Amino acid sequence: MSFLEVKDLYLYYRTRKGMLHAVDDVSFSVGKGEALALIGESGCGKSSLARCLIRLLPRNVEVFNGHIYLNGTDLMRLSDEDFRKMIRWRKISMVPQAALNSLNPVIKVGEQVAEPLLIHGAASREEALEKVRKMFSLVGIPEAFMERYPFELSGGMRQRAMIAMALIMDPEVVILDEPTSALDVLTQANIMNMLKKIKREYGVTFILITHDVSVSSELADKVAVMYGGQIVELSEADDFYKASLHPYSQKLMASIPSLREEKNLEYIPGSPVSLINPPRGCRFADRCPYRMEKCSSDPPLITINKSYVKCWLYAK
Amino acid sequence: MENSVLLSLRNVKKWYVVRKGIFGKPTYVRAVDGVSFDLVRGEAISLVGESGCGKTTLGRTILGLEEATSGKIIFDGKEIRISDKEVLKWYRRQTGFVQQDPYGALPPFMTVKRILEEPLIIHKIDKYERIERIYRVLTEVKLTPVEDFLNKYPHMLSGGQQQRVVIARAMILNPKLIVADEPVSMLDASVRVEILSLLKELQRRHAISIIYITHDLSTTRYFTEWIYVMYAGKIIERARVERLIKNPLHPYTIALLRAIPDPDANNRFILRDIPPGEPPSLIDPPSGCRFHPRCIHKILGLCDEKEPPEVEYDKEHFVSCWLYVSK
Repeated sequence: MSFLEVKDLYLYYRTRKGMLHAVDDVSFSVGKGEALALIGESGCGKSSLARCLIRLLPRNVEVFNGHIYLNGTDLMRLSDEDFRKMIRWRKISMVPQAALNSLNPVIKVGEQVAEPLLIHGAASREEALEKVRKMFSLVGIPEAFMERYPFELSGGMRQRAMIAMALIMDPEVVILDEPTSALDVLTQANIMNMLKKIKREYGVTFILITHDVSVSSELADKVAVMYGGQIVELSEADDFYKASLHPYSQKLMASIPSLREEKNLEYIPGSPVSLINPPRGCRFADRCPYRMEKCSSDPPLITINKSYVKCWLYAK
Repeated sequence: MENSVLLSLRNVKKWYVVRKGIFGKPTYVRAVDGVSFDLVRGEAISLVGESGCGKTTLGRTILGLEEATSGKIIFDGKEIRISDKEVLKWYRRQTGFVQQDPYGALPPFMTVKRILEEPLIIHKIDKYERIERIYRVLTEVKLTPVEDFLNKYPHMLSGGQQQRVVIARAMILNPKLIVADEPVSMLDASVRVEILSLLKELQRRHAISIIYITHDLSTTRYFTEWIYVMYAGKIIERARVERLIKNPLHPYTIALLRAIPDPDANNRFILRDIPPGEPPSLIDPPSGCRFHPRCIHKILGLCDEKEPPEVEYDKEHFVSCWLYVSK
């Protein structure tokens, strides 16, 4: 069994218009120290999937089941209280989207980053601040910034502080939800450099959620493409960026502008499938250039070399 | 023969007052600090830079939405001043604006028809022609069948459709210049391509000049001919797209290009060589070249003291950097 293994995961929300299938039968696995990128357009369910992993769910959850094995233990069998005490921050942590605005404006940055340690009673105040100092040097924040308030920090520095906080209890898995999407190009590159070093030196397992395929290639060893609440392709990075398999992945790649080469951009006709009462069969079928009759029934997950793809085109 | 230059900027500055002491001098944010260039009729340029570099302020100043603190903006031979109401009203018909956030740009209580009719009413276009123009422009931005969209409110449209309405509104007075400020940055990859190709099509068909403001260099080549790179209130390098991407000169442009990944599985093994630090404060910008504190090639005694002039280092390739000033 892999280090982190998700099996048959479902997350449905109750809404006024009906049941919203945010995560709909998702399975994948990640090895220790690997980085998995979850890519897809907005509303495909990638952030919901992250919320399942760290169990930070809104109140209108109707269905939440399946298995999440971490080191062989099924986290889904833990009570909320046990999950909070043993898993969140300690084993799995997250840098949320819009992390830039996630810091409390009236508490000094150093104290906020120390908070997980203090709340879990894992360290004394002095020990905790000492740990923050170490983390700050790891993520590239000058030590003097511990005494500053969030508004005195630039966007890049605030993002680094959030990353330091996610790392403070030495978790094994860190989820990064759009970690650089609000940042400038140079700051983004500097932060990706820092994450690459942390991955290399500390063997942290990363789950990187992004809509930006180029950014995903900065960290990912594996790529999972999400569409309509499902993972439609899971491939090794080496294979994925060269030749993706699922028609949706291919279209997505063809829509990415390239800085260095002339390339005809394509777009995907139609609009993303609604997650409220999604259609039966393949969810991409309506927009797919290869649509066949079979596509009106649910495609199986097909294994090709080291890749998995949910598409009838590859069925024997 | 008609002059080929549509828009000229001469040393345009836009400073905002932050604080006025009772004694002493007021403090300014120098958002745009001396920008000059000529924009040729029908040409599309990209204005590229990081947030806070002044690109949005420059766009708004060009449109006459902000009054320049000093310098000249000349459009079709006329000098544009906010105080000159008559010229300004004429100028509004010549220009269109496409904002970043389409939903925020559209009044939520107006239907698409009403949104598009408003500028036509203001400019006293008669009722019959108004309807005709609305049909024509909606067809051009591919919101068809037009009848399906006329009576919709913005919230009933997808992000891509909203942006098409914003573009239709910018187009409806047949402008000669459109300023598009990050028109696709809030859209998904696939929708982004649709909007970019629409802008390109409109620009080619009507020979409109477009100033495309963006932080994303990789989208520039799809419909603009020139890239202007802005840093801390100044344009530091400008050249035709291909040339700038293949052969950047300014150390800042070089770093910017280096920072942008193309999807490739090997990226994960590479640490990018990026200058540390962040863009300077525009309240108290560094002396001399504004990039010198982050620049590895800086020549002390020169770069930190004197502002570099803009030189044409190569044909149609302008750069403001002491490294390229011949002695």
